[in-house]
Amino acid sequence: MAQSAIDKNEMKMEKVAGPWKEAWRGFRKSKVAVVGMGIVLFFVLMAIFGPLFTPQGINEQNLANKLLPPSSEHWMGTDDFGRDILSRIVYGARISLWVGFLAVIGSAVVGSTLGIIAGYYGRWVDTIISRIFDIMLAFPSILLAIAVVSVLGPSLRNALIAIALINVPNFGRLIRSKVLSIKEDEYIMSARAIGMKDNRILFSHILPNSMAPVIVQGTLAIATAIIEAAALGFLGLGAQAPSPEWGKMLADSRSYLTNAPWTMIFPGIAIMLTVLGFNLMGDGLRDALDPRMKS
Amino acid sequence: MLHYIGSRIFQLIPVLLGMTFIVFLIIRAIPGDPAQVILGQQASEEAIKALRTTLGLDNPWYIQYFEYLKGLFTGDLGESLRTRNPVADEVWPYLAATIELSVFAIIIAVIIGINAGIISAWFQNSWFDYLAMIIALIGVSMPIFWLGLMNQWIFSIELGVLPTTGRENVRDPVDVITHFYLIDTLIQGNFAQFSIVLKHLILPGTALATIPMAIIARMTRSSMLEVMRSDYVRTARSKGLKMFRVVYKHALKNAIIPVLTIIGLQMGLLLGGAILTETIFGWPGIGRYIYEAIGFRDYPVIQSGILIVAFIFVMINLLVDMLYGLIDPRIKYE
Repeated sequence: MAQSAIDKNEMKMEKVAGPWKEAWRGFRKSKVAVVGMGIVLFFVLMAIFGPLFTPQGINEQNLANKLLPPSSEHWMGTDDFGRDILSRIVYGARISLWVGFLAVIGSAVVGSTLGIIAGYYGRWVDTIISRIFDIMLAFPSILLAIAVVSVLGPSLRNALIAIALINVPNFGRLIRSKVLSIKEDEYIMSARAIGMKDNRILFSHILPNSMAPVIVQGTLAIATAIIEAAALGFLGLGAQAPSPEWGKMLADSRSYLTNAPWTMIFPGIAIMLTVLGFNLMGDGLRDALDPRMKS
Repeated sequence: MLHYIGSRIFQLIPVLLGMTFIVFLIIRAIPGDPAQVILGQQASEEAIKALRTTLGLDNPWYIQYFEYLKGLFTGDLGESLRTRNPVADEVWPYLAATIELSVFAIIIAVIIGINAGIISAWFQNSWFDYLAMIIALIGVSMPIFWLGLMNQWIFSIELGVLPTTGRENVRDPVDVITHFYLIDTLIQGNFAQFSIVLKHLILPGTALATIPMAIIARMTRSSMLEVMRSDYVRTARSKGLKMFRVVYKHALKNAIIPVLTIIGLQMGLLLGGAILTETIFGWPGIGRYIYEAIGFRDYPVIQSGILIVAFIFVMINLLVDMLYGLIDPRIKYE
C-alpha cells in the first residue's frame, strides 16, 4: 500500500517534470505570449467557422451597394463590386493561414531533412548542402520568391511553393547546427556503439531532440510566410481575382484610396494582427523552450 | 586583416557563382518552350526561332551557362526584350533611385531605431520603454505595403502635405548628373528642387524604414541592457561621469556590435522591400524595373535586376563583416 503511494507520487513528479509541460508552464508565464496565442486562436477559429456566420457570400456582388462605408449592415463597408468586406476578410483568413501553415510545414520538412543529413554525415555532403543554403540566403527572400513565381507563373499555389522554397535554408541551417552539437552527445555515441543504424539514430534520437528550435522558428516563419504571401498577392503574383486573399484585396483597394479608404484599412489590420499573433507566440515559445535562443 | 579580407572574398566565389546559376535558371526553368511562353500563343514559328537564337536556347545548358558567365564578366547583362536596349546601359537610373531611397530609409531607421533602443534601455520599464517596444512590436508585424498605402492615404490624400507618387515634380524635372536627385540638386544649388525631391522621399522612405527601425530598436535595447549591467559601466557611473556620457560613449560602443549585424541584414530586407514600396509610390527604382519586366515577360531584365540586387546584398554583408574589426578592436581576423 505504502509502496504504491510512493510509486504514484513518483509518477506524478515525473509527469510534472516533462519537458513539454515545463515549456507550457514557461510559455503561460509570459502574458504577451498568451495574448499572441489568443490572437492566433481567434483567427484560426475564424478561418474554420467564420464562413458559416458571415452576412454575405464572398463573391456575392451587389453593384447597387458598391463602396459603402462601414455601417450596422456592413461592419467593414463594401468594395467596388458591392461585396461585403467583413465576409471576404473572414474567408481570407482561411487562405492566409492555409498558405502560412502549408508553406512552413513544407520548408520545415525539407529543410530539416537536408539539415540533418548535412549535420550528421558532414564532409562533402555537408559542404554541398551548406553551400546551397548560402547561395539561397544570398538573395533577399522576397526577391527569390518573385523569381520563382516569375518562372512558374502567378497563382496562389505557385506563391505557396515559392514561399516554402525560400524558407528551406532557414530551417536547414538551424537543424544542422543543432545536429552538430547533439551528435557528439554520449547517448548518440552509445547508440552508435551498440550498432544502431544511421536512419534510426537520425530519426528516433537526433530529430526529436532538435525539435524545439524548429517549433520556434516554425511559428515565427508562419508570420513571415503570411506577409510574403500577401506581398505576392499584392504584386499580382499570388492569389488571383476574385479570391479574397488579403494582399490581393489591398492591391484592389489602391484605386479607391480617396473615396473608400476602408477597402484598404481592414484587410491590412487583418494581416497585421495575424502576423503580430504569430510573432508574439513565437517569442514566447522561444523563451519557454530554449532560453539560450533569446535575442 | 588583409589576409582575412582575401579569404572572405575567396569564400564568396562559390556563392556568387551559385547566384549566377540560379539567375541563369530563371529563363531555362520556365515550363515548356521559354521562347513560346515569352512571345505568347499567337507568335509565329520564325519569331520563336529567332528569339531562341537570341537567348542562346539552342545550345546545351552548360554552354549556355558558360556564355552567360562570359557575358557577365564583360559587363553584358543581356538585352531588354521590351526596349531592345542593353540592360547594362539602362539600369543605372533605376539602381540610383533605389540606392537613394534605401540609404535614406536606413539612415532614418538607424537614427531613430538606435536612439529609441538606447532610451528604452536607459529608462527601462518607464512609459517610454513600454510605448517604444509596443510600437516596435507592431512595426515588426506591419506589412510594408499596407503601411505605404496608409501613409499615402493619411499624408497625401487626407492631409495633402506630401506628394503621393514619383520622385520629382514632373513639370520641373531635375537636371540629371549622377541620378541621385538629392545630390544632383545640391550640386546645382537648386534648393527649391532639393526640397521637392526630399518631400518625395519622405513617405516611401519612412514606409521602408519602419521594419528595420523596429528591429534595430529592439536589438539595441537588449544589447544595451546587457552592457549597462557590466562592471565598467558601474565604475564609470561611480566616478561621477554624467549618465549621458556613460550611455552614449562607454556603453554604446560595446553594445553596437550585434546591432551592426542586424543593420547589415536589414539592408537586404530593405532591398526586397523596395520592390513593394516602389510599386506603391511609383518610385522609378530597380524594384519597379523588375516588377514591370515581369508583366512584359522581359526575362533578361528580371534576371539581371535580381542578380544586381543580390550582388549588392552580398557585398553589404561582406562590408559589415569588415566593419566589425574597425569598431571592436577585440575582434582579431585570423
